[in-house]
Amino acid sequence: MNKQDLKEEIVRMSGSAVEKCMRCGKCSASCPSYEDMEYHPHEFVYLVEKGDIEKLMASESIYKCLTCFACVERCPRGVEPAKVVEAVRLIVIREQGMNRLKPDDIPGLWDKDLPQQAIVTAMRKYTK
Amino acid sequence: MQKIGVFVCHCGTNIAATVDVKAVVDALAKEPSVVFAADYPYMCSESGQNLIKDAIREHELTGVVICSCSPRMHEVTFRRAAASAGLNPYLVEVANIREQCSWIHKDKAEATEKAIILGRAAIAKALLNAPLIAGESPVTKRALVIGGGIAGIQTALDIAEAGFPVDIVEQKPTIGGKMAQIDKTFPTLDCSACILTPKMVECAQNENIRIFSYSEVESVSGFVGSFTVKIRKKARYVDEVKCTGCGLCTEKCPVKNVPNEFNLGFDNRRAVYIPFAQAIPKIAVIDPDRCNMLKNGKCGLCSRVCEAGAINYKQTDEIVEEHYGAIVAATGYEISDVTRYGEYAYTESKDVITSLEFERLTNAAGPTGGVLLRPSDGKHPHTIVFIQCVGSRCVLEKGKPYCSKICCMYTAKHAMLTREKYPDTEVYVFYIDVRTPGKNFDEFYRRAAEEFGVHYIKGAVGKIVPRADGTLDVQAADLIMDEQLRISADLVVLAAAIEPSKTARKLATMLTASMDTNDFFTEAHPKLRPVESPTAGIFLSGVCQGPKDIPETVSQAGACAAKVIGLLSKNKLTGNPCVAHSDELMCNGCSSCANVCPYGAITYLDKEFRMPDRTTKVRRVASVNPAVCQGCGACTVACPSGAMDLSGFSNSQIMAEVDAICR
Amino acid sequence: MTKIAYYPGCTLKNKARALDEEARAAARLLGYEFEEIDEWQCCGGAFTTSRDEIATKLAAARALTWARDHGGRVVTVCSACYNVLKQTNAAFRTDSEFAAKVSRYEKTDPPYRGEAEVVHWFELLRDEIGFDKLRAAVKKPLKGRKIAPYYGCLLLRPSETLAFDSPENPTVMEDFIRALGAEPVRYAMRNECCGGYLTLEDRDAAKKRSAAVLSSAVEMGADCMITACPLCLYNLTKNAAGPLEIRYFTDVLAEALGLKEGGENA
Repeated sequence: MNKQDLKEEIVRMSGSAVEKCMRCGKCSASCPSYEDMEYHPHEFVYLVEKGDIEKLMASESIYKCLTCFACVERCPRGVEPAKVVEAVRLIVIREQGMNRLKPDDIPGLWDKDLPQQAIVTAMRKYTK
Repeated sequence: MQKIGVFVCHCGTNIAATVDVKAVVDALAKEPSVVFAADYPYMCSESGQNLIKDAIREHELTGVVICSCSPRMHEVTFRRAAASAGLNPYLVEVANIREQCSWIHKDKAEATEKAIILGRAAIAKALLNAPLIAGESPVTKRALVIGGGIAGIQTALDIAEAGFPVDIVEQKPTIGGKMAQIDKTFPTLDCSACILTPKMVECAQNENIRIFSYSEVESVSGFVGSFTVKIRKKARYVDEVKCTGCGLCTEKCPVKNVPNEFNLGFDNRRAVYIPFAQAIPKIAVIDPDRCNMLKNGKCGLCSRVCEAGAINYKQTDEIVEEHYGAIVAATGYEISDVTRYGEYAYTESKDVITSLEFERLTNAAGPTGGVLLRPSDGKHPHTIVFIQCVGSRCVLEKGKPYCSKICCMYTAKHAMLTREKYPDTEVYVFYIDVRTPGKNFDEFYRRAAEEFGVHYIKGAVGKIVPRADGTLDVQAADLIMDEQLRISADLVVLAAAIEPSKTARKLATMLTASMDTNDFFTEAHPKLRPVESPTAGIFLSGVCQGPKDIPETVSQAGACAAKVIGLLSKNKLTGNPCVAHSDELMCNGCSSCANVCPYGAITYLDKEFRMPDRTTKVRRVASVNPAVCQGCGACTVACPSGAMDLSGFSNSQIMAEVDAICR
Repeated sequence: MTKIAYYPGCTLKNKARALDEEARAAARLLGYEFEEIDEWQCCGGAFTTSRDEIATKLAAARALTWARDHGGRVVTVCSACYNVLKQTNAAFRTDSEFAAKVSRYEKTDPPYRGEAEVVHWFELLRDEIGFDKLRAAVKKPLKGRKIAPYYGCLLLRPSETLAFDSPENPTVMEDFIRALGAEPVRYAMRNECCGGYLTLEDRDAAKKRSAAVLSSAVEMGADCMITACPLCLYNLTKNAAGPLEIRYFTDVLAEALGLKEGGENA
């Protein structure tokens, strides 16, 4: 996909109005995963707006978002950064062979207290 | 036989670049009844107007059609030109071929066709125009100013200075407004009270000014030049004439735990109180919700100690009726509710405060005597975080989409003064943009950063975590460093959005003055008529029109006063003859028109009519007060029987225009 | 006894069986019979926000349609199920293209348009049963206990859709704790994320999240923390060692109502 198509795809999937961002950084100020991310919520919004999406797709940051929605809740412009991160992640893992988590990985991660919920949620987030 | 003249303006290239003006002239010249058609580069110029005047005389025109800019721009110009040539000014029609045609189209052929059609419609309407004569109404030479903050005070003083009587209605027991609560003013750092209180005293002493404090506007009727206003003087339970303001009652009152509004609840007042030392009028007021005597008849101490015998527990609200020629809205602003932003923990910690609260905590007349102590434990804060845009520029339902305009500057002031007075205190300011357009404003802000070492950080605060040890963990983003920060603060100050007074909307309804979606009063024209409401006779002063600081408010207050003085200097006002009228024979008295009239111009009369069989019958019919009617036309649309019609915009004229367009 | 459709979810039938059983028992005591949805399927644990995702929302769609046809609403206990069901329901209400696609695929008749109401056990308690009735039903008040309510993200956000409580300063769990006779502990991290599913991707990162939540509660003097979410309970227990006992809210509820002895989790 070219830059523009990719941007349009992300905007369509997320429904996020990235152009409404006024660069206040409240999303990144709220993000609990901030220090584990290379690109932060405000940069996701900014880079998508610029159409510079490949570096986001190549980054581990797309797997660190918790979809906790703190950024969505606190954004004064209604931009919904978490939905942007999710859209970029989906673009990546929807490609063949790009599943982040494979069923075969589960036994290695399993312990007796691990709730089913953890496995189904992680599969949903990291696998297509 | 009608004789219509058509005049097509080029407006330089504004029209001529997109519309083939010659083609318009040729096409319209062929219309029936058109005896003269011409074009000119600038029809509004002196020679353009002469062209019109000469044609009126030479061809004995009975109507004029001008194809030019919007009638909002030059209708008055062309009407005056026609009148000077002896033609009734209301026989002039303007076809807007600039804003509604040349400016919005690119294709010249299409735009030319549209201009011809618009001209044709105007000719059709002009053929049905009738000469109209504007009526006159008297002017009551007294003004009402609603709101006694700096905006209202300055407007009242300027009107009074010009020799006209003016009344101030203030809902609080004293005038002074927010400026009385502020410590210092930017960018000169004058003491706010020191420059305000002389103006308050001047209001009290000026013979042309009456102050209705602790009062509210109850109802407004009438129209420009002659408004009738009912004012509710709320019961103070203190005789305003007898009270000397000695304050003895406020020292003896046994109810000591009422949160003091003036200090934003940081300390307490008594049930009988004077808001602050320099209050105007300096008259005590009894809080009926907290006074034991008023609640259960047990006490009466204030009455016993009052040597003037001013206490009157039996006092009731009083309604007074006054007449005014002009009304000024100066209702000011309030601090928006910061509890909607739960992440800032305003309700969770006493040490998270608003900027106005910070003003009281640094004011010498405030609860701490001007020593900056944090509210929770009275200790000196060593780290202070200021957060900008709390609620401003927020498009969510809980926020305000606009910039509150004053916060960048007062925060720079707070930060600078804190660093000056307490060099051991670290001060951080989190900002999105620092906005300092104003004389000496940016220099002021830069001084805070450069000379006083205030840490300005580009970024927002995401969350404030109150800790067990009383500190506040401020979690924020530093966008320039691309870092998430955690600052352990002792005090956090929120620059809360300002919003129009909650009383403004109710008042706007009474005044039939329009408001925007944020409840700021709308001006008649944002650039050219900024201190007038679109409703004639209603003027705007201060923040009720939009966010502004003190210098801007004072300038606007003066401008507003000049407009009021201009109105009050006239002995008579010429009305607008394009008003509604009802055909009594067709009216069935259904009230549809009165229900939609935004100006209250329609009343009903019981009138006797002769029937065909020579009997008489009494019927209820609508009657329009032409002085109140603004000619909006809502009634003509609502009228089910077609009895209501608008002079200058009659139903038959509008149908003729539609026919001409569809031809 | 009021009947209400009930969506238990995968974990409540496995690792968190007590959460299911105690929630039903307490509801029964307070006048509600939970009627388990026929052949419900796992909601998937997370709502995929992307608007072009259809398949991942079908399980929730089926449960919602069943609820519409069986009394009009569905109650959940697990925070994740609540979040997924309610967000899916909102998608039906606001995205007609999505609603049409699902109804066509599912052959739903009449087409589902988000008519059902999704309620959490806490909402049922707050808005219908009332805290007074709960207080009256308490047999063993939890006197002297300092309980930290942990909301996490799934019950609260996005608040515009969930409208469960104030997203920054919620109160329903505090009121619940008070009704049981214990003292709620106010701490700022109660609405922050526990680390969630990140525990399978990057356990160290997830640990930092849980540790931040726990230390905030401990600092404010809590001796116990309650949650409605099995994944939160797991993360807070496994990923952050601390003095705090982490329990399901139904566990302390059952204890106060005299439905069980002791305080350990199942």
